[in-house]
Amino acid sequence: MKVLVAVKQVARLRDGLVLDGSAVVPDEALEWAPNEWDAFALEAALRLREDAGGGEVVVATVGGEEAEESLRAGLAMGTDRAVRVWDPSLRGADPLAIAAVLAKLAAAEQPEVILCGAQAADAANAATGLALAGLLDLAHVTVVNAVERDGSALVVGRELDGGAVETLRVSLPVLLTIQTGANRPRRANLRAIKQAREQPIETLTPAVLGLGEQELAAAAGARTVRLLEPVRERATMIDGPASAIAARIAEIVAAELQA
Amino acid sequence: MSGVLVLAELAGGAGSPLGLRPSSLELIDAGRALGEQGAGALTVALIGAAADAHADALQLPGVAEIVTVSTPDEHFEAHVSQAALEELIRERRPAVVLAGHTSDSLAFVAAVAARGRHGFAGDVTSVSWGEHGVLARRGAYGERLLAELDFPGKSTVLLQLRAGAPAAGAGSGDAGSAGATPGGVGVASAASAAATVSRLEIDLEGTARTERLELREPPAGGADVAEADFLLSIGRGVGSADGVPRLQRLAERMGAALSVSGPLVEAGWAPRGLKVGQSGRTVAPRVYLALGISGAAQHLAGMSGSRTIIAVNCDAGARIFDVADHGAVADLFEVADELERLFA
Repeated sequence: MKVLVAVKQVARLRDGLVLDGSAVVPDEALEWAPNEWDAFALEAALRLREDAGGGEVVVATVGGEEAEESLRAGLAMGTDRAVRVWDPSLRGADPLAIAAVLAKLAAAEQPEVILCGAQAADAANAATGLALAGLLDLAHVTVVNAVERDGSALVVGRELDGGAVETLRVSLPVLLTIQTGANRPRRANLRAIKQAREQPIETLTPAVLGLGEQELAAAAGARTVRLLEPVRERATMIDGPASAIAARIAEIVAAELQA
Repeated sequence: MSGVLVLAELAGGAGSPLGLRPSSLELIDAGRALGEQGAGALTVALIGAAADAHADALQLPGVAEIVTVSTPDEHFEAHVSQAALEELIRERRPAVVLAGHTSDSLAFVAAVAARGRHGFAGDVTSVSWGEHGVLARRGAYGERLLAELDFPGKSTVLLQLRAGAPAAGAGSGDAGSAGATPGGVGVASAASAAATVSRLEIDLEGTARTERLELREPPAGGADVAEADFLLSIGRGVGSADGVPRLQRLAERMGAALSVSGPLVEAGWAPRGLKVGQSGRTVAPRVYLALGISGAAQHLAGMSGSRTIIAVNCDAGARIFDVADHGAVADLFEVADELERLFA
């Protein structure tokens, strides 16, 4: 079974950033880490390969050099290959533009299953995987918390609002977005981590995949006009002993629930 | 390309007697406000097997048209809804489509956006209509910043609004507008003319691509965290698994549903279904009482839309106090003991 796992190196803001009204955060104000959700997608992919008794797991990302950390994490867990697609114009790209790039990669790789994290911790649109399925006209299940193989189909759990879970059968080829907690991601051992550092990473550009500048621009779903500091007003503090705090809380709760 | 199309959802799915999700009423408020700002007439669509039966619930002020789309199966199926929304957009050509940032929307809306080359943003916290069309705001960098988005060249823009997000109307003012209080649910005024109701016939047979084998409801006793009016939410501050049942009892006494932050689930002290945060439920209750929650970005992303947030934490520097309306620096169990007495 061939599985493509699309991962993302997510950005975190360092403290002390001063916004200047522009739409991008300067690179030096960012630090990077693999996306929490991706480890669960990678684990699900490796288990599918194991259950099928063979195949190939390809970990791929649309990201700059910093994203190689995410790819090497996948290689250390046991993926067969790693692919990074990038063009500097993609910095800050929205989920639909990223999905357009991944769609070209998927067309070249022809996987039977595509797995993504259910969302990324930084932008949290929870949309790239689903947009990719749309572009490829693939069957899809999102926010999946369990995956099992059942012949030429998969049986998966989908998390619903309110804590209900539906179990769905879906035929291959399929795209799933994986929720945290769907499995227990394996820890790579030291030797695997060392080996992953030496493994080659295939690097491509959207252009090489046949995605022109204009097509990419048309695929984008949104443009960031500017970034703002959210206004946070500090809480009105309740002072006094625990009994006074509790009494005030009871008062606020009663008033708010009545309003 | 004009007008606003709201995708309404029924709590518990179509066919349920529960009626509209509260978040759908917020969508209608936001759609009405966009219309008043110049986006055009407001149409509300309901997709589902029993959509017709629920059309009357959508007779709300400002709604010009109600469209129902009947589906072959009773339960939600992502590819069926995808096909239905694609046809709705082809048919009505709205400038803006507003959906909730719900588990069902997360299963089909972005696919429609990508296929149609439409504009798109998820987890939007405020919308407004300006000279160049719709503007949206949403969190960026794990909610540390707010991004303002526009959609140049897009004649239709699909937006998923977070529950508890304010109704449109703040315009494109400064950052302050984004933290405004949630829009009130519209109260029907006798004067408003009734919306026309129509049924859009779409052949959806054969569009389903998944087969539902089972639906498991959450364990009994666990109220729906996402729909509760009052949440008592606990975090790492409870110290050990032993603290959880005690606060569960307090929640019951106070008439609250219990929810938890991520670390409690990871530690195995609480079931995943109770988790509020980015990888859990997004909630927007009237009252969110946070006990022993420090306020990691992941958690704040899931609850900052709550109407009133009260936080008790022993650390005066906890980030939860940046989003809370009322705060107290205290030992959570001391406060819990006093609350137990008050709600005995």
